[in-house]
Amino acid sequence: MQKNKIEASGGRGSNQTFKSVPVTIQVNGRKFTCDVEPWTTLLDLLREKFELTGTKKGCDHGQCGACTVLIDGKRVNSCLTLAVMKDGAEVTTIEGLEREGILHPIQKAFIDQDAFQCGYCTPGQICSAVGLLSEGHAKTDDEIREEMSGNLCRCGAYPNILAAVKQVLQEKKVSP
Amino acid sequence: MKESQTWIGKPVSRVDGYAKVTGAARYAAEFKSDGLVYGVVVSSDVTKGKILKIDSRSALACDGVIEVITHENRPKVSFWNRKFGDQDSPPGDHFRALYDSEVYYSGQPVALVIAETFEAARYAAKLVVITYELEEYETDFHSRLEEAYAPKETKPGFEKPKSRGDADEAFSQAPHKISAEYDSPTQHHNPMEMHATTVVYEGDDTYTIYDKTQGTANSQAYVCQVFGLSPKKVRVRAPFVGGAFGSGLRPQYQLYLAVMAAKKLQRSVRVVLTRQQMFSFGHRPASVQTVKLSAGEDGVLHSVGHSVTAETSQLEDYMENVVSWSGMLYKCENVEVKHELVKADIFTPLDMRAPGATSGLFALESAMDELSYEIGMDPLELRLANYTEKDQNYFGRSFSSKELRACYEQGAAKFGWSKRALKPRSLREGKKWIGQGVATGVWDALHMKSTASAEFTSKGELKITSGVTDIGTGTYTILTQIAAETLGLNLENVTTSIGDTDFTPAPLQGGSWTAGSMGSATQAACFAVREKIFKLAKKLPDSPFSDAELSDVLFEGGEMLLKKDPSRSVSLNDVLKSSRVDSVKAEGTSAPNYLKELPHARNTHSAVFAEVKVDADFGMIEVSRVVVAVAAGKILNPKTARSQILGGVVWGMSQALFEETVTDHRLGRILNHSFAEYHIPVNRDVPEIDVIFVPEADSIVNELGVKGLGEIGIVGTAAAVANAVFHATGKRVRNLPIRPDKMV
Repeated sequence: MQKNKIEASGGRGSNQTFKSVPVTIQVNGRKFTCDVEPWTTLLDLLREKFELTGTKKGCDHGQCGACTVLIDGKRVNSCLTLAVMKDGAEVTTIEGLEREGILHPIQKAFIDQDAFQCGYCTPGQICSAVGLLSEGHAKTDDEIREEMSGNLCRCGAYPNILAAVKQVLQEKKVSP
Repeated sequence: MKESQTWIGKPVSRVDGYAKVTGAARYAAEFKSDGLVYGVVVSSDVTKGKILKIDSRSALACDGVIEVITHENRPKVSFWNRKFGDQDSPPGDHFRALYDSEVYYSGQPVALVIAETFEAARYAAKLVVITYELEEYETDFHSRLEEAYAPKETKPGFEKPKSRGDADEAFSQAPHKISAEYDSPTQHHNPMEMHATTVVYEGDDTYTIYDKTQGTANSQAYVCQVFGLSPKKVRVRAPFVGGAFGSGLRPQYQLYLAVMAAKKLQRSVRVVLTRQQMFSFGHRPASVQTVKLSAGEDGVLHSVGHSVTAETSQLEDYMENVVSWSGMLYKCENVEVKHELVKADIFTPLDMRAPGATSGLFALESAMDELSYEIGMDPLELRLANYTEKDQNYFGRSFSSKELRACYEQGAAKFGWSKRALKPRSLREGKKWIGQGVATGVWDALHMKSTASAEFTSKGELKITSGVTDIGTGTYTILTQIAAETLGLNLENVTTSIGDTDFTPAPLQGGSWTAGSMGSATQAACFAVREKIFKLAKKLPDSPFSDAELSDVLFEGGEMLLKKDPSRSVSLNDVLKSSRVDSVKAEGTSAPNYLKELPHARNTHSAVFAEVKVDADFGMIEVSRVVVAVAAGKILNPKTARSQILGGVVWGMSQALFEETVTDHRLGRILNHSFAEYHIPVNRDVPEIDVIFVPEADSIVNELGVKGLGEIGIVGTAAAVANAVFHATGKRVRNLPIRPDKMV
């Protein structure tokens, strides 16, 4: 390497005035209307503007699944979803799963099976599990493991997450 | 008489579980404040040099951008480098972000862009133009091994390696010997929650700081020292911490930058690092180790040699206990151990789950496996042949308790070890080679001075408070259990609030010492409250306890009752009401009793049995099952305890097969700083893990006899997996991780 070499970095883009776009999104049954910048992610909108901080940011690149929410019933990485793309959509976050003081069966199963430690990946895991259960194609242990592999857990609670999903599948079998 | 209720040892569900499954638990980046602004960190693109110029004009011209803080316009910080030290800092000059124009490593924070919205700050951060004068660098310590040195001053907690006997002579005379070199890569903690700090500016130079930390007191002291603030004006809170594994043991730069910005702007500020920036501070150091073992025909060790050379930064001498375990895990008269460092142009390494033991035991326990094949002896038999009841590192002192033999026995029985053929490549199932390996784990049972507060109110509620954090370990739950049991209450009547410097001071949460130390402190606080309530009860008119001593009464079902005549009882809240007292409060402390503790080695132990399947064509390795037997004193909560061990085992598997921070040493930059490329296990990678807790009574380690579980699950696991890979394939991989390309 040449000594005393000078290098400049940064300066990518130009200074700019941001134009906002109005969006209306139904979150957990409540209608939110607001102006967002076109590059605002659904994740940042939920956390910073709607104060629904249950949905977590773990990488902001769609690699960890902590930001998983349900959009029109399907599990989606909210960090890879621009808010403007979801105008008119129905979003369910972790805060919307409990109904009238009763936990969703998967929330209860996560507590029963100790399917978390620090709790940071948990909302994403739970939303992902809810999505998985409605997809209906995970039946064996290996299928559940595979289908839950989009959600990282650094605490390593995986065996208990598997047990929690199985608990709900079992309950469904008993009382359809 | 009400039914007696005990909580210690019960598999109680986490008391913070509801908050965690409903999204109600708030982490550092999730606290709101009026007028909150957002800071985004600009990281150095170069590896070493000087900043010649920072041009912030374009960034500042963006809508909503408030300020760009650099070394040129930052607020005043302490002139004294030692003020940047903390409870876990190694000796040396401590790193100071935005202090001057020096760039020490790639990814170093060099500016903070602050804007009204996160989006504006993120965008503007890319517009800052920085001109550097480049300097030569070396990020690969392997190329400087001849410069290895042993620092004179060492880090707190570091044990100077102690050799004994004549290992060289014994090695040269022994009939069986092995000598091998083991390589461990750099690893980054990567908790799921990225490091974040929200500083709420309360006016009048007063701050409430929500920080991602393993020590609220550590963050508070650091901020006060660095910025010259009074602790009365700085409150640090961390009610929930999204994992840490050591990354929160030192105050990280997002805390420093967020406070700096809040101080400069007199506004509330949030700074959240990106996942890429999670690779720009502490990490498990890369190291090279040499292990030399020799033994007789009977497997009895004649000598143990273990030396390590590890990377550190230009600024600080980071050291962790890599080789000391080799002097105490097996009986041997001749031991030679050495620990040296090599400086590289990187950030200072940092304690990461079971620091030192993780890499040290990988090497030692792999070498033991190699020795067993050299002798032709079962690897478990070899370990039993060298079992020790004495800690030879410290003049042969005895262990406070050691049920490692039972771990071997129970683990082996559950795993079916006796059916294993010794010969490698002897088991195949279709296209897969199957192998089984064993390794021993050991960690310290440390005791740190800890304080907790207990307050019992006339409504029958017990409140436990302390500054300690819960990084996912289950601290909330075990403290609640201990408190409820001590005062004979239901769990619902106990509220535990922690992670706040307004509460009684607690040590860093780390080293597996929290459960034993904080648990004992909580118990002491509750004992003190009990005594106060008892004294009030004695003074009541017609008190059934007027002639009784505290030892004559039981606390059960919310009542106090005479042991001799349980029908004579009074409810605790009635005692307070009748005494016209609203609440009874006491602090409890647990501190090491050196006279009692030092004459003994205090350790947790484990035996790990792993089975792997290796694809014969492609070298893909799958861990198919793990049995781990753990001896860690009293188990406070088998449910959360099991989770701790599961997590540790997953970390050990990850160490064996996945984790590696890869640096392009030509550029001096990390290549895989994302979750897509820094591999950690996913659900599909993790098999059934059997956790056995071997009963172990200990009256020495602390008042509760609890040894802690945070690290014992990881140590030993990587070697068990690596040994299983050898058994499956006949290939000994000594440089981690064991990727498929090393198999084919």
